[in-house]
Amino acid sequence: MTTLSGGAVGVGPTRLRASWLAAGVAAVLAALVLGMTVGPVAIRPGAAVEELLSHFPLLGVHSSLSAQQATIVSQLRLPRVVLGLLVGSMLAMAGASYQGVFRNPLADPYLLGAAAGAGLTVTLVIVSTAQGLGSTNPTVPVAAFVGALGAVTLTYVVGRSAGSRSPATLLLAGIAITSFLTAVQTYLQQQHTQTIREVYDWILGRLTTAGWSQVVLILPYFVVTTAVLLAHRRVLDVLAVGEAEAGTLGIPVARTRLVIVAAASLATAAAVAVSGLIGFVGIIVPHAIRLAVGASYRVILPLSILFGGAFLALADLAARTVTAPSEIPIGVVTAFVGAPFFVLVLRTTQVGRR
Amino acid sequence: MSNGLDIRGVTVELGGARLLDGIDLSVEPGRWVSVVGPNGAGKTTLVHAIAGGVPLKAGRVLLDGRDVRRLRARARARSIALVPQSPVVPAGMSVLDYALLGRTPHLAFFATETSDDVERSTEVLEDLGVRHLADRLLETLSGGERQRVVLARALLQDAPLLLLDEPTSALDIGHQQDVLELVERLRDTRNLAVVSTMHDLTLAGFYADELVLLDQGRIVKRGAAGDVLTEEHLRRHFGAQVTVLRGADGPLVVPQRPRRRAVP
Repeated sequence: MTTLSGGAVGVGPTRLRASWLAAGVAAVLAALVLGMTVGPVAIRPGAAVEELLSHFPLLGVHSSLSAQQATIVSQLRLPRVVLGLLVGSMLAMAGASYQGVFRNPLADPYLLGAAAGAGLTVTLVIVSTAQGLGSTNPTVPVAAFVGALGAVTLTYVVGRSAGSRSPATLLLAGIAITSFLTAVQTYLQQQHTQTIREVYDWILGRLTTAGWSQVVLILPYFVVTTAVLLAHRRVLDVLAVGEAEAGTLGIPVARTRLVIVAAASLATAAAVAVSGLIGFVGIIVPHAIRLAVGASYRVILPLSILFGGAFLALADLAARTVTAPSEIPIGVVTAFVGAPFFVLVLRTTQVGRR
Repeated sequence: MSNGLDIRGVTVELGGARLLDGIDLSVEPGRWVSVVGPNGAGKTTLVHAIAGGVPLKAGRVLLDGRDVRRLRARARARSIALVPQSPVVPAGMSVLDYALLGRTPHLAFFATETSDDVERSTEVLEDLGVRHLADRLLETLSGGERQRVVLARALLQDAPLLLLDEPTSALDIGHQQDVLELVERLRDTRNLAVVSTMHDLTLAGFYADELVLLDQGRIVKRGAAGDVLTEEHLRRHFGAQVTVLRGADGPLVVPQRPRRRAVP
């Protein structure tokens, strides 16, 4: 019955180890440098870093790039990499939070209808505006944001009206809302076959290259939702024992769940607004981290932010270079690269545990 | 104003069914009350009604004279610690991390544990004889080990009232005794008020200061083990055929095969 445990020396609570944090930061920096240097116009990494640092006046660094190269780096590539980092971070963080608050490993950022809602409103905008504008229509991000948040709110209201406050009711409401909105969206799409490609383009996800405006647009959401969700990292660990027990441990469960779901949904909506429906990142990145490092959200959340961002920025790099000058939809890349990688993580960690 | 737990007229209804009907019960600090009764009598409901997990139709739950329903979740968790019947075992959580969850009501909402909390948790794990398991994953422990760790989490809440819902139901007889002896020692050293629900009537009688017999949501008998655990009571409320023997530590409830009626 009694089992002797090895390694009792130096036993401590789970903490985010410096080595993992450093690895995450390194991944982000690698994505940043690669994103600035790789492309039709090759730029040396050293020059790209100089160009980057030259924008911080206090450092006194001067760029050695030509004006044209400098524009390519700082107006085309850098904003796109940063956008990829932000979107990937928000999707991975939202996915991890949903998985924690619903104690459901299959939860992803679109669980409560965000994708279906955004899909519907974007389809509405595309089919109802002038042809040829398509998914580059400036109202698309606004429509996606409103659609995503609206659908999640609808799910919440429907779930509450069912009389039960249990998370299962909320999930079922999410399924109902998703099906309903998807049905409407599919109908609209079939009725307007001339814009079907533009709708499809958006659904598969794409990072735009329109300078810094998109980054500026979602940066406030990134800052706020990251702060809120990171603040809940220990609370998410307490919620791992279920809502009933978490309540007896002093967590005001219903209110806490609402705050976490709201923040994660806001992050998802902001990401969807600028990038379309990029699958895979929100579910695979947190799971890979969980398998590799452990189940505590004190570790999973910060690392999801770093590795989720790096993963998406690198996936976008592949999306724009592999078949250049044409682009592969980024959602295709995340799944194509992510699935085998995840199987690898799954296999190695399972073997290591036996 | 009385010390300890004092519940008055607690009534719980769920889906039209009356699960508890006007329960009165007081437990002073340092006393152990065990709730026994047949399946569906309302034992678990009573524990959760005290802990604040089910809404009351009527009645009040007072702890040291304060209405626990009016306490915020954090303050309540500092007053009442609950060891549930089947605790959720979170995947991939270490024993130390799990024990530390008990410190939650003592931390600011967004704070993480201090080294003091870690030290306290290690001490309690040591006290319960499971410190050597601190870095193991909870899901890899045996039932007896796990029950001690769950108890450690509850003790780390530093609450004056300890609720135990079927603390021995998943354990073999040796580990049952083990856990109950442990609870008795902790009750003495920490002057805890203890309320437990128990299926094993003999063990319930051995360890509790007072037994409460619950049937169909009402208290039908309370008092010393010798007064509650009688053949007549157990036949009437459990539908059980038993012989009650006199043991050194209290009554021994021994089941009997029901006599077959003669077939004509």
